[in-house]
Amino acid sequence: MSADNNSGSLLKPAGLRTEVAVELIALNKWYGDFHVLRDINLKVRGGERIVICGPSGSGKSTMIRCINRLEEHQSGQIFVDGVEVTADLKKIDEVRREVGMVFQHFNLFPHLTVLENCTLAPIWVRKMPKGEAEDVARHYLTRVKIPEQANKYPGQLSGGQQQRVAIARALCMNPKIMLFDEPTSALDPEMVKEVLETMVALAHDGMTMLVVTHEMGFARQVANRILFMDEGQIVETNVPGEFFAHPQHERTKLFLGQILR
Amino acid sequence: MTMAEGDLAVAEMAFVRRATIEPRPPPAAMTGAIGWLRANLLSTPFNIALTVLIVLLLAWAIPEIVRFLVIDAVWSGNDRDACLWTVQHREIGACWPFVWERLPYFIYGSYPIPQRWRVDVFFLMLAVGVVWLLWLKAPRRDLGAVYFFIVLPVVSYILLTGWSRIGLEPVDSVLWGGVLVTIVVASVGIVFSLPLGIILALGRRSRMPVVRTLSVIFIEFVRGVPLITVLFMAGVMLPLFVPEQYSPDKLVRALVGIAIFASAYMAEVVRAGLQAIPRGQYEGAMAVGLGYAQMMRLVVLPQALTVTIPNIVNTYIGLFKDTTLVFIVGIFDLLRTIEVARIDPKWATPVTSTTGYAVAAIFYVVFCYGMSRYARATEARLAKSGRR
Amino acid sequence: MPSDLPAQPRPARVVFYNDPKVRSIAYQFALCVVVALLVYGAARNAIDNLARAQIASGFGFWNQTAGFDISQTLIEYSSRGSTYGRAFWVGLLNTLLVAVLGIVFATIIGFIVGISRLSNNWLLAKAAGGYVEIIRNLPLLLQLLFWYNAVLKALPDLRDSIIIPGGLILNNRGFFLPLPVLKGGVGFFELSLLVGVVGALAFYVWARGRQERTGQRPPVLLVTLLLVVGLPLAVFAMVGRPIGFEFPQAGRFNIAGGIEVLPEFVALLFGLSIYTAAFIAEVVRAGILAVSRGQSEAAYSLGLRPGPTLRLIVVPQAMRVIIPPLTSQYLNLTKNSSLAVAIGYPDLVQVFTGTVLNQTGQAVEVVAITMLVYLVISLATSMIMNFYNRRMALVER
Repeated sequence: MSADNNSGSLLKPAGLRTEVAVELIALNKWYGDFHVLRDINLKVRGGERIVICGPSGSGKSTMIRCINRLEEHQSGQIFVDGVEVTADLKKIDEVRREVGMVFQHFNLFPHLTVLENCTLAPIWVRKMPKGEAEDVARHYLTRVKIPEQANKYPGQLSGGQQQRVAIARALCMNPKIMLFDEPTSALDPEMVKEVLETMVALAHDGMTMLVVTHEMGFARQVANRILFMDEGQIVETNVPGEFFAHPQHERTKLFLGQILR
Repeated sequence: MTMAEGDLAVAEMAFVRRATIEPRPPPAAMTGAIGWLRANLLSTPFNIALTVLIVLLLAWAIPEIVRFLVIDAVWSGNDRDACLWTVQHREIGACWPFVWERLPYFIYGSYPIPQRWRVDVFFLMLAVGVVWLLWLKAPRRDLGAVYFFIVLPVVSYILLTGWSRIGLEPVDSVLWGGVLVTIVVASVGIVFSLPLGIILALGRRSRMPVVRTLSVIFIEFVRGVPLITVLFMAGVMLPLFVPEQYSPDKLVRALVGIAIFASAYMAEVVRAGLQAIPRGQYEGAMAVGLGYAQMMRLVVLPQALTVTIPNIVNTYIGLFKDTTLVFIVGIFDLLRTIEVARIDPKWATPVTSTTGYAVAAIFYVVFCYGMSRYARATEARLAKSGRR
Repeated sequence: MPSDLPAQPRPARVVFYNDPKVRSIAYQFALCVVVALLVYGAARNAIDNLARAQIASGFGFWNQTAGFDISQTLIEYSSRGSTYGRAFWVGLLNTLLVAVLGIVFATIIGFIVGISRLSNNWLLAKAAGGYVEIIRNLPLLLQLLFWYNAVLKALPDLRDSIIIPGGLILNNRGFFLPLPVLKGGVGFFELSLLVGVVGALAFYVWARGRQERTGQRPPVLLVTLLLVVGLPLAVFAMVGRPIGFEFPQAGRFNIAGGIEVLPEFVALLFGLSIYTAAFIAEVVRAGILAVSRGQSEAAYSLGLRPGPTLRLIVVPQAMRVIIPPLTSQYLNLTKNSSLAVAIGYPDLVQVFTGTVLNQTGQAVEVVAITMLVYLVISLATSMIMNFYNRRMALVER
């Protein structure tokens, strides 16, 4: 099965890049005595879109949070764009500049305007002048289709708008990789669509994405691969078409039976 | 998982795990005492320095306290000579004989010795009332409320002050002192502040402008001034405002001051509880046809009070500590009896004062900490049962 | 057509005593009558009782000679020349002095303890927690008496004073600190202080502008330190040390020179600060916990380091939650300073409601004035707090 053959995916990008964006090697993590991530091995290529699904408690969020060191792993290795993620603060800074993250509960800064939310990191981390940072921010706010909200506060926006701001905020740092931790789980149903559309457009532009989600429609539309995780390990991986049509493992079948009608 | 399977997993787009990975224990450096120490106490140089500093501090303080209270303490004797340093016994700790001898004074004050059984009965009745109200599984707690807020005050008053008609010799409140006074003041504060506070809170939320204005003025005025000034006000102004033949004695004046002060603070606590009840409750009660008084008594207040029990108990803890201020208007509460006792020449030694304060500290810590534990347990219970 | 419209329903006739509006007016009227009667009765009794005791009324006593000494006066006061009114101001200033200093110390200690309770260091967190639990469960009066009687009064006699290098003498008469004495040539020093502060401010403003324009951050902290501390020190050394210190000298019966700080003041300051700090620590802890972890996680994921995250994201949000209860604690401290009367510190209550009331016997006026002072302080602070709250509220739908 060639790496460029995205059978079952509706989106046909220019092609996956050959460099490895994220690599997890024998990753293990414990919370106290609880073995939450067990021997995770994963290679993500540039431009690839990975959807990660699984029952709650399976370690999906923990895994992607290890990538930008929001969680610490105890054994194994994580490489982001060739840089190893360790306790070294300088390496962590480097990694976090290249990796953007979108959270389930948006985590926008309520005391700053939408524009200030987006310009904060470019000004303080990339040391951009304020004018330039605001131009970048407006550019991305336009891309997520809410440029007119720039001077509002997060509390004045709907959930869908807030999540789109969160995506724009992450994009303002020009990351190479975007992590999504259940981005639509906290949204009212009528707002899920606008966020997913934003994410599809992002994928269209060639962004490397790791998305933890239950939105299988999105997975079918955009993903190169779907990972199914259970009890801290990757149980099954496949291209979307095969994954949904012919799940191989017992637990995969059980899970799909529960979430698909 | 074998090496071959591992390579396959990353190289191919499709992968199915055949053998489940069983959970393993974490690496040794992470767990157990050593891991915990490393993570919590020794993670950075700054943390190490801090840990060392605190350990040194504790290593000095704790043995020092134990030394004072137990090891070098004097346990028996008749007067100050027992507690002075001698050549054989250079370091003196607490002077416990001082406490043993003056303990009745600390508890009863100058209450006549043959009548002290009445104080004991009062303590017992109070304890029964407290347990009845606070123990969740007690039967007929509504009767308990009637007992605590109505029966107990009346009976205690008669018991402690005396009524010659039934053979209880009158005892002037000037003679009361120590723990008796502290408990009386605190109890009066607790018993009166809750009903008065509820009335004031309802008044503040009332739609009648006169009622609301009067309530607001009262609450904000009392909360804006120190308790001492309220006690002074009650102490010097109350006799002025009352015809001479009814002039209240010192204790009553202090009790009035404490009751007023505590009601104003309780009013705010109850008001917060009332605001936490959703409008739907009021509307539902009115829709069913309940009048104002019934709605409050049967629907709103039970919920409001339950929700704010932790805050109510916290207010009571503050009230309990505030009872010490009656010291300043000449009432012989526990603290004042200790002050008087520690300067008694019979027991004058360098350690007497500290011993006295230690006794007071133990008393207050036990009561206040006990109350705060109850508050926290109630909070936890309420949180668990899903209430706000 | 108009004739097809149903007639407007007439409002149901209600017996007047069941009409809620009538009832409400009746209740309020009755309440007013009762209150008026009580006030009238109380006033009548007061007038009678006061007349019988031959106590004056009115505020004439304000200008009478006081005739008593006050152990700590921040303004000119003498027992022979000053009036009761003057004594009032002396007491008020003493209250404000201990309140302001108490607030400063309590805030510093409280913030340190509050943040320590959230530390990763288990020992530190538990120690801070222990401090809070013990202090909060002991009455303030007990703590004050302890500090005053068991610590400060237990300091050694004059002859055995504890001498701390640097010019500090401690004994049971008080604390003796060096007194700064301004000698000639001080003009340059003061000027350099002024220049330093103004320069630091100007640099800060310029640095902000520069960051907005080019993105670089000039070293604000370093330059500020240099200007505010380094420059005056340099001038100080060059001009020849124009500020001397008069050090307290322990004589045989007395201590000459230096500043004398009353043990009452020290005890009150320690007691108030340590007590209130325990409550402030809880307020700070609650404020920091109120900021959800997701906020700092979002900041970290954007590449922000912990320092800037705290400064730009966590603290601004925490302060919103902290400031209202913090002000409440400040007010409590100010009101609690009235406990000075128990250890003899001449604050407003001790001087005015204590000595002046005893001497003039005019209880109503004296207590009323004292309460009014505290009321004004409380209400003014509440108003400022409400104004601040409204301005800082997070903008929501």
